[in-house]
Amino acid sequence: MIGKRKAKLFGLSAEYADPQHLLEAARMICDAGYTKVSAYTPYPVEGLADIIVTKKRRVAAIFLIGGLIGGLGGFFMQYYAAGITYPINVAGRPLFSWPSFIPITFELTVLGAALFGAFGMLAINGLPQPYHPLFNVPRFSLATQSRFFILVEVKDPKFEYDATRRLLERSQPRVISDVYDW
Amino acid sequence: MARTDEVETVENKEAKDALAQPPVIGPGYDFVSITDKIASIVQRGTPVGWYLGFAIPFILTMMLLFAIGYLFAVGIGAWGVDIPVAWGFAIANFVWWIGIGHAGTLISAILLLLHQKWRTSINRFAEAMTLFAVACAGLFPLLHMGRPWFFYWLLPYPNTMELWPQFRSPLVWDVFAVLTYFTVSLVFWYIGLIPDLATLRDRAKSKWAWRAYGFLSLGWRGSADHWHHYETAYLILAGLATPLVISVHTVVSFDFSVAIVPGWHSTIFPPYFVAGAIYSGFAMVLTLAIPIRKAFGLQDFITMRHLDNSAKILLATGLMVTYSYLSEAFFSWYSGNIFEAYVELNRIRGPYWKMYWILVICDVIAPQVFWFKRARNNIWTLFIISILVNVGMWTERYVIVVTSLHRDYMPSAWGMYSGSVWDYATIIGSIGLFLALMFLFVRLLPTISIAEMRTLVPGSKGSEAK
Repeated sequence: MIGKRKAKLFGLSAEYADPQHLLEAARMICDAGYTKVSAYTPYPVEGLADIIVTKKRRVAAIFLIGGLIGGLGGFFMQYYAAGITYPINVAGRPLFSWPSFIPITFELTVLGAALFGAFGMLAINGLPQPYHPLFNVPRFSLATQSRFFILVEVKDPKFEYDATRRLLERSQPRVISDVYDW
Repeated sequence: MARTDEVETVENKEAKDALAQPPVIGPGYDFVSITDKIASIVQRGTPVGWYLGFAIPFILTMMLLFAIGYLFAVGIGAWGVDIPVAWGFAIANFVWWIGIGHAGTLISAILLLLHQKWRTSINRFAEAMTLFAVACAGLFPLLHMGRPWFFYWLLPYPNTMELWPQFRSPLVWDVFAVLTYFTVSLVFWYIGLIPDLATLRDRAKSKWAWRAYGFLSLGWRGSADHWHHYETAYLILAGLATPLVISVHTVVSFDFSVAIVPGWHSTIFPPYFVAGAIYSGFAMVLTLAIPIRKAFGLQDFITMRHLDNSAKILLATGLMVTYSYLSEAFFSWYSGNIFEAYVELNRIRGPYWKMYWILVICDVIAPQVFWFKRARNNIWTLFIISILVNVGMWTERYVIVVTSLHRDYMPSAWGMYSGSVWDYATIIGSIGLFLALMFLFVRLLPTISIAEMRTLVPGSKGSEAK
């Protein structure tokens, strides 16, 4: 599988059979002072994010921004059309008839928020990302099915192959694999 | 939240059995078997029955295309619409289809926010049902325009005529509501699918399947960071979809209630329409879920508890709709308005009395059997009543559209309406299109959310004692 370029070590991954072992391992590794650690699970495991997620982004804020853009943009579009650039005098009724603009304002608020939020969430997660070194580990295909993984990256200042491997072994994993990048 | 503990421990299970409702998942499942069971529906070879089942909707879809082609060739006169009944089948079909879509969003968004764990196994296909139903619904206003190639005139865009849509009109609100609804439903559905698409990618046996699911899953790895942001986004999307779904049918009802036509001009229309939408949508969920769980052996995931709950929702929304019918009848008399009173009497005993009484039998009387647990736990009763409710709800929209228009104020302007053969070909064809899309969906995508089902497995919570 290794191509022309030389494969270099990206990290060490450990595989667990159930979420309890994963949580214990994650806690142990983070307590040992590792920072470039990530966990991979087939479904969201409660409490894992509190241990391991270091950069929690404000997804909700993106929704809010999208909603504001959609809502304000929608409202002023209608006001601009019906009140300024294309005014129609219907028996002297006011041109700035804002109550009739509310339904579309609401719809565009939801539309803006949903599109910004959904795509913003993907962007925060760095998706789409077709390649990741973990995909080189054959057993990693179980991470989206039934097994739980922890990855410690070489970039971690505390990373030291033998010591890190010993630490991972203490956490009772099923398998420990070297993860290569090339 | 109290319901989640039903599946948790073996020790106190027996003690609880006497009190607990049937669980939301059959016994003995773990992460591997759940994944296998749902993903293998997509990954094993196409069963012969699928081709047989797909053939009929496919032929009906071809009939729809033919009917649309004929309509484009000869114009709107191919249909039965005329003055005074200019709306006819097309608008009844539109309201019916869009109403069916509403149950999908109700299940996926509102029940998620209410922590109803039982929704998990039915939300995916209910959301697909929403998308396909809204797509079918969207066809009808476009076809009904007469000159459908000018559909984009409905949208605000810079144009050389310097014209704008009339933003004070409910018909323009409707365009925005339906397009937003479709887009948000699609985004919500797709975001929910991403982890399962990654599962299919990682289980793919052929190169093409690996490529296709790999492309669609965007490189999802299920990292804790991903899940953290994903769950927040999914929850907020559910929060957005909840008022959206209510707004959509409210706006659809404005198409009627803002007009001064007797029988339409009523403040009860928005809640009446929303209740009716959820009613017909849940009926369609049952109509689809019963054959799907049988055909693919999903009785352990879509359990009797799901069907029982859906029947209860049918009963509840059916009573709300019944209340609306009674309220309409009462206020047509209490208003003292002779035109309103006439429309109601005309519905009951006028030339369209048969339609009105089909409506009463299917929508008001039929679901009353769901007061009895035996009826709610009988597959055939559920299936037949769900189809009756679908028929009844279509009839309801027909009655609303046609009986109000055909005799409004001036007797000299009265007229009669009936659908032409092309009207029937279009509605039956659209049902074919809807079913054909459902068949493709169950073949190509996981019918049940695998990632969410895993959270129902005993021991799936990391915090539990081992």
